[in-house]
Amino acid sequence: MNALRRHGFLSLIAAVALGATAWAGFAPIQSPSREAVFEIPKGTWAHRMSGSKVEILPAEIRLTLGLSDILVLRNLDDVPQIFGPTLMMPGQSLRLPFEVASSYTFTCTAHVSGQMTIVVDPWPASPWARIRWRARQLST
Amino acid sequence: MYRGVTLLLSILLAVVASAADDATIKAGVFSPPRLAPDFSLSGSNGSELKLSTYRGKVVVLAFGFTSCPDVCPITLATLAQARKKLGTDGNELQVVYITVDPERDDAERMRAYLAAFDPTFVGGTGTAEQLDAVRKEYGIMATRKVVGTSHLYGHSSFTYLIDAQGKLRALMPYGHSADDYVHDLRILMAKKS
Repeated sequence: MNALRRHGFLSLIAAVALGATAWAGFAPIQSPSREAVFEIPKGTWAHRMSGSKVEILPAEIRLTLGLSDILVLRNLDDVPQIFGPTLMMPGQSLRLPFEVASSYTFTCTAHVSGQMTIVVDPWPASPWARIRWRARQLST
Repeated sequence: MYRGVTLLLSILLAVVASAADDATIKAGVFSPPRLAPDFSLSGSNGSELKLSTYRGKVVVLAFGFTSCPDVCPITLATLAQARKKLGTDGNELQVVYITVDPERDDAERMRAYLAAFDPTFVGGTGTAEQLDAVRKEYGIMATRKVVGTSHLYGHSSFTYLIDAQGKLRALMPYGHSADDYVHDLRILMAKKS
């Protein structure tokens, strides 16, 4: 009786896992906004000058074509900053759309490493790609 | 009253149309756009090269060096193709190409190099200090690498799009097609007046 109950429980878990995987692979993907916004907060330069290691951006930004493929960079600091690929004035923003899946490396003084990589993934067309995309969303 | 409402609607439509245009630009758009820093360099045409000389035209500003093996030839060929595709509107476009290699790129060498792509393209060169200053104003990176007995540069590969009022409007990443340039340049040219 116990073995039967355990078997039923495991079957239920397997069915749920299978259902979740099927949903992750086949359900349509939607994104609330195609913009991925990153900001240099006010005071970043002052913090750096005082010797603090301020890391305000991830070293790698991942975008996905058709879902989140517009990078928006905003410099809210009081001084110009090389942010992403270019020099940005205080209060200025750059809205950079991507149309080609690739890996882009930019110099960026907002990073302690001085470098920023933007990985643009293709639209997750296959079920396996959708599962990976959803897994990545859960982990970020 | 009626005139007031019409005026208000016209202003609203103009604002919406302007925002919509910027949203469709394929390049990265700066908001708000700042005035592109002016500079004074030696032009490949034998004259002083000042950005402000080209006020009234849309300028594509590129940085590179004539010995560049990959990025520069592709970018300049794309720009030459874009200018051809623009037809007579191509007269409203000026490509300005500033060297990061003052050791080798004098005005004559740049003239000969650029003429192979499009004789209307203008190059800019100067002392290392002058060129450093221009790069700093535009946030351009250039790193010298020794290769055997020669040298190369790793440099920023995007171009800037500057409107007819001299404002730095957009940044076109490397790899975009001539059609993408034509698309964006037409939008900027339409906003000339």
